[in-house]
Amino acid sequence: MTHSEFDSFRPPEPARRRRAGGKRGTGRRDVGDGSREMPMVPEPEFTSYYGRPVVKPAPWTEDVAAYLFLGGVAAGSALLGLGGQLTGRPTLRRNARLSALTAVSFGAVALVKDLGRPERFLNMLRTIKLTSPMSVGSWILSAFSVGTAVSAAAEVDRMTGARLPLGPLRNLLQAVEGPAGFEAALFAGPLAAYTAVLLGDTATPTWNAAHEELPFVFVSSAALASAGLAMITTPVQEAGPARKLAVLGVMGDVVAMRVMGHRMDPVVAEPLHQGKAGVMLKWSERLAAAGGLGTLLGGRNRAVAAASGLALLAASALTRFGVFEAGLSSARDPRYTIEPQKNRLAARRAAGITGDSITTAG
Amino acid sequence: MGQLSGPTDPAADARWEDQQPRKGFFTDTSICIGCKACEVACKEWNHNPQDGNLELLESSYDNTGGLGASTWRHVAFVEQGQERITEARESGRALVNLGMPRIGPPPTAASAGPDLANVDTTPPDTADFRWLMSSDVCKHCTHAGCLDVCPTGALFRTEFGTVVVQDDVCNGCGTCVAGCPFGVIERRSDGMVAVAAQREEQHAKHPAVPNVGVAQKCTLCYDRLVNDETPACAKACPTTSIKFGNHDDMVETARERVVSLHQQGLTEARLYGANELDGVGGTGAVFLLLDEPEVYGLPPDPRVPTADLPQMYRRAGMAVAGMVAAAALAFLGGRA
Ligand code: SF4
Ligand code: SF4
Ligand code: SF4
Repeated sequence: MTHSEFDSFRPPEPARRRRAGGKRGTGRRDVGDGSREMPMVPEPEFTSYYGRPVVKPAPWTEDVAAYLFLGGVAAGSALLGLGGQLTGRPTLRRNARLSALTAVSFGAVALVKDLGRPERFLNMLRTIKLTSPMSVGSWILSAFSVGTAVSAAAEVDRMTGARLPLGPLRNLLQAVEGPAGFEAALFAGPLAAYTAVLLGDTATPTWNAAHEELPFVFVSSAALASAGLAMITTPVQEAGPARKLAVLGVMGDVVAMRVMGHRMDPVVAEPLHQGKAGVMLKWSERLAAAGGLGTLLGGRNRAVAAASGLALLAASALTRFGVFEAGLSSARDPRYTIEPQKNRLAARRAAGITGDSITTAG
Repeated sequence: MGQLSGPTDPAADARWEDQQPRKGFFTDTSICIGCKACEVACKEWNHNPQDGNLELLESSYDNTGGLGASTWRHVAFVEQGQERITEARESGRALVNLGMPRIGPPPTAASAGPDLANVDTTPPDTADFRWLMSSDVCKHCTHAGCLDVCPTGALFRTEFGTVVVQDDVCNGCGTCVAGCPFGVIERRSDGMVAVAAQREEQHAKHPAVPNVGVAQKCTLCYDRLVNDETPACAKACPTTSIKFGNHDDMVETARERVVSLHQQGLTEARLYGANELDGVGGTGAVFLLLDEPEVYGLPPDPRVPTADLPQMYRRAGMAVAGMVAAAALAFLGGRA
């Protein structure tokens, strides 16, 4: 079909199968001007507006991924701290409490740093909004931090031989130390899990599609990371529970991650396996497995325990950064928004459900 | 907290006492001429700073790119050949044949039947080339993802059923950006752009960018609505492609328009956002499109993420229970 009298001067059109529903509406035309190379990547099989993203990625930097990791470490540590408190393991209790406070402090700083207006961070507590996981999470984080700070302060006071300038407050601190450990542990689970809801409750394709399993991935990751840290900081005699928690965490993490990958729409799951995120998540699984094995086989040896703990911490960090990155890249490519949506719409239509489409004939 | 999905009256859900009729747009892309008057009017009225680098994007006449923190109206340009026109017409006809819902009773008897098979589909205008132009804007969703996930309450539902950011409350957490299924709202960066050397002086005079670090999007000209004025973009639109009014009337007008286009054989015409049963409970800004939504950069089946939030909280609760159980097991299950 000739459109213009000058068509004969064009270089020959590449023989290309045109599939119904193939890519159109993108401004890139096939009239090679000779100066461009033929694209080696096959044309995507979907329509988009000049290949531009449909949804916007969250404007979050790696600080937020770091917070996902640190929040998890803090949460698990608070649970270990309570366990140590209840079962008479003073070193584990002390180390876990201090770890929790350190991790949650750095995490909160990372979170505030990532705000567009850091000076307004207190607005996070301006209201309680159940529809906003960020709001719920801010309250969880605040509540967690109170118990964590109090119990860690008691530890610091003890370590310094009661030299903190507390005056009459010392008695009070010692009285509330135990309950504070409970309070922190009460909010530990929610702290580890809400970040999964935060990511799931977005239009970012890969995060949203992962919303059913992500909480399990994140709590497992939190458990293994905090257990890993305790194995580094605490002598093996007292770190027994940490070793068990590490093994349970690794099992949970590997299983939840696998289940998540399988239950997700294959297209939206792609970013979990590709590029930087793919590499990070692959190594995360390997390190988690290695750390878990090391814990099981040599966890009673201090050096092996520390090495395993390090591997577990790295595994958890890689899980968080990998999931974080996969989501952002799924938002940047319109394919991950458009294709699954078209497929689910077509599936509903095929099943006879035609009443809930945003596009209507009238 | 109102309901999280399904048809509802958003302003009533937000418990407004002096509730106004829900306002909205009907953007009829079939008569848009791509003049970008709306883009300009919006920028001027809202003092929005320059967006981007003044570069040409090689996407027809669209050098704006898309909606963003400093672009609250965006005119899309799509060039299509005969093959694509035919396909658009077919996909539109398929929609009609599917018996996609019509909102309310059809206005004329002639439009009711799905007997478009016999309609003469000879298009009244160009057959082998067409230029789609569409002015995109925030949809002011019935269930707005951006608003639901905002932790500070900076985003709020107005008495007109629209969704607006309070610039002085937002702390730029960016949650809303990820929460919008249409990719509309964005956090404003400092907007400083590299400028051509010879225009340096001119650009140096640019005023400081307002609301840096804060989420920004169309307010449906809230400041004008409270004064009973038409939004700037609708007022500036020379072809009435952007119609503004009560949401119900807009949907009604849209329905009439699509029927009359179908009667002219333009089966590619379809509505976007007029169905309150869709994933966002219907949009405040309704569009008449001449092709599939993704051609214009719109999501084909958007769903407000918060619709699944109860489920997500349940799953998170189970995960928390699992984590606590694991910790308990670690301490109780005998000394390792
Ligand atoms: S289109 Fe996006 S920004 Fe606009 S109201 Fe809906 S969710 Fe919010
Ligand atoms: S960036 Fe502002 S408007 Fe958006 S969710 Fe955060 S506080 Fe709310
Ligand atoms: S309603 Fe006002 S703020 Fe929204 S696009 Fe139109 S002019 Fe801009």
